[in-house]
Amino acid sequence: MNIVVCVKHVPDATGDRHFEQDFTVDRVGVDGLLSELDEYAVEQALQIIEKRPDEEHTVTALCVGPEKAVDAVRKALQMGCGAGAHVLDDSIAGSDAAATSLVLAKAVEKLGAERPVDLVVCGMASTDGAMSVIPAMLAERLGLPQVTLASVIETQGDQVRIKRDSDAATEVIGATMPLVLSVTDQSGEARYPSFKGIMAAKKKPLEIFSLADLGLEPALVGLSVAWSAVEDTTARPPRTAGEVVKDEDGSGASALTDFLATKKFI
Amino acid sequence: MSEVLVLVDHADGVVKKPTYELLTIARRLGEPSAVFIGPAAQGAEVAEKVKKYGAEKVYVIDDAQIKGYLVAPKAEALEQLAGSTSPAAILIPSSYEGKEIAARLAIKLESGLITDAVDVQAGEGGPVTTQSVFAGNYTVQARVTRGTPIITVKPNAAAPEESEGAGTVEEFATTVSDAAKGAQIVASQPRQATGRPELTEAAIVVSGGRGVGSKENFTVIEGLADALGAAVGASRAAVDSGWMPHSFQVGQTGKTVSPQLYVANGISGAIQHRAGMQTSKTIVAVNKDEEAPIFELVDFGVVGDLHTVLPAATAKINDRKG
Ligand SMILES: Cc1cc2nc3c(=O)[nH]c(=O)nc-3n(C[C@H](O)[C@H](O)[C@H](O)COP(=O)(O)OP(=O)(O)OC[C@H]3O[C@@H](n4cnc5c(N)ncnc54)[C@H](O)[C@@H]3O)c2cc1C
Ligand SMILES: Nc1ncnc2c1ncn2[C@@H]1O[C@H](COP(=O)(O)O)[C@@H](O)[C@H]1O
Repeated sequence: MNIVVCVKHVPDATGDRHFEQDFTVDRVGVDGLLSELDEYAVEQALQIIEKRPDEEHTVTALCVGPEKAVDAVRKALQMGCGAGAHVLDDSIAGSDAAATSLVLAKAVEKLGAERPVDLVVCGMASTDGAMSVIPAMLAERLGLPQVTLASVIETQGDQVRIKRDSDAATEVIGATMPLVLSVTDQSGEARYPSFKGIMAAKKKPLEIFSLADLGLEPALVGLSVAWSAVEDTTARPPRTAGEVVKDEDGSGASALTDFLATKKFI
Repeated sequence: MSEVLVLVDHADGVVKKPTYELLTIARRLGEPSAVFIGPAAQGAEVAEKVKKYGAEKVYVIDDAQIKGYLVAPKAEALEQLAGSTSPAAILIPSSYEGKEIAARLAIKLESGLITDAVDVQAGEGGPVTTQSVFAGNYTVQARVTRGTPIITVKPNAAAPEESEGAGTVEEFATTVSDAAKGAQIVASQPRQATGRPELTEAAIVVSGGRGVGSKENFTVIEGLADALGAAVGASRAAVDSGWMPHSFQVGQTGKTVSPQLYVANGISGAIQHRAGMQTSKTIVAVNKDEEAPIFELVDFGVVGDLHTVLPAATAKINDRKG
């Protein structure tokens, strides 16, 4: 199979995430890492091929992002992806989801030029934008079915079956490859790169694409042509810590009940 | 005034509360038209409900060709409806399904998409949205700058206000392409009703984490929830331990809730959990560790063992209610 895993490089959620003057996310001045939710995508892509040992597979980790975003691709290579692709072009800065999905779609087409891509695997959401829209947008642009939010994945030949917990039901979804798949953090812990994996990753092919390489006009992407615009951002004032009481001989329950009553919750 | 399309959120024809919130918001932006994708036979009944919240028109799109598949056919139907109505905006409930429909629709209509709005107001250049980002640490004001604004709106973004609309039913015939039928729903097991309010819609949420200790002990959480008329939530640690189903999880990879009151019990307050509850109006925590980060967020906290504090508080609350 030819599998592409979309991995995003995101600001560390435990660090100080903030916006630039132009209201775009500061991606350069902060510590970043492979979005934790995309580790699950890498893991599932690897498990899919490991369950099909008699075939020939390529798993390429694909990332759109600034220079340091290549770290996300490297991590995916260390985990076991066979190849990497990083779309790097200054014109992309500030792109919205629509433009990002365009770049990703063109890159998937490029990676499928010689051997068609069977599966595009995504995370359930990026931990910074958290829109959960790229997999659907990518599917729309590529004209493919989307099979999203999978917690269990099975493939057989060109058939894919997944289990998922949707908003109202637990569902089994079936589809025929090629398709776009997204996986949740319920799909199983992602592996850590082994020492061997880290050494091997250094020798794996990692291609850098510019927009021109993908046949895309710079005028189609970036902040100035985004289909939506952020007009203001405000840091939420930190919550002022309220009263904390120690429970002694049942005093906690009384204090709690009194608080709820004063606030009219009872 | 231009139409504003509102996708009706429903379960088997039973209209859900977010629909009324979206209709209330739609009235700020134009003339609300409800879009019901479901069995055509239920159209009239749905119209009776949504006209009370200002729906002038109710487009009924029969789902015989739609219901067996994931979002793609719904996106096609909305594309066709948007083509014939040229709406001023399209409002969609911010569920995972809603966001995926919106995502496909945005590409089809070459229109800007804003997800997870917690408020939408009319502005000079079109609707202005408010979103809560970075685990609730920032609020963002945004606007769609191209095409038809497509906005997915979170539950509780507005208080539903009644206002009589005409509720004129119009059946809208759509064609679904074969390409949109690629992802088939092979089996579906509806979630069992708990009898409690829906997690994302509830005014009060009572959650339990690893500190609850076992599946059986969740009755302590449920007891307090029932005394307060609340929904039950859980941390990922409690879900991963198999004590509660994933649909109860609050946080980055679960549900985002923004109730009037959130009560966190035996939950430490990790950033991923905060992401799902930080914008709650009032936050209360019970935790035996006074250093637990959750206490940084609370309006009121009790340092103590939840197994003694919660049953005692539940009894007192039930007493007061008499
Ligand atoms: C990619 C990713 C996504 C995630 N998504 C989510 C998410 O959506 N939601 C989520 O919740 N987490 C999520 N997490 C996990 C998160 O990081 C924490 O691990 C999790 O929230 C911890 O749950 P907890 O607070 O119940 O457990 P712990 O952190 O173990 O805390 C348990 C707390 O209970 C207290 N306690 C113990 N016994 C008692 C007692 N008898 N009485 C009172 N207090 C007691 C302890 O003092 C402690 O503070 C995610 C993590 C990752 C990496
Ligand atoms: N810049 C990017 N590069 C590579 N993959 C991405 C990028 N942005 C989003 N994705 C993929 O799309 C998924 C959903 O992202 P989002 O819609 O932003 O929440 C992520 O989990 C990734 O798999």
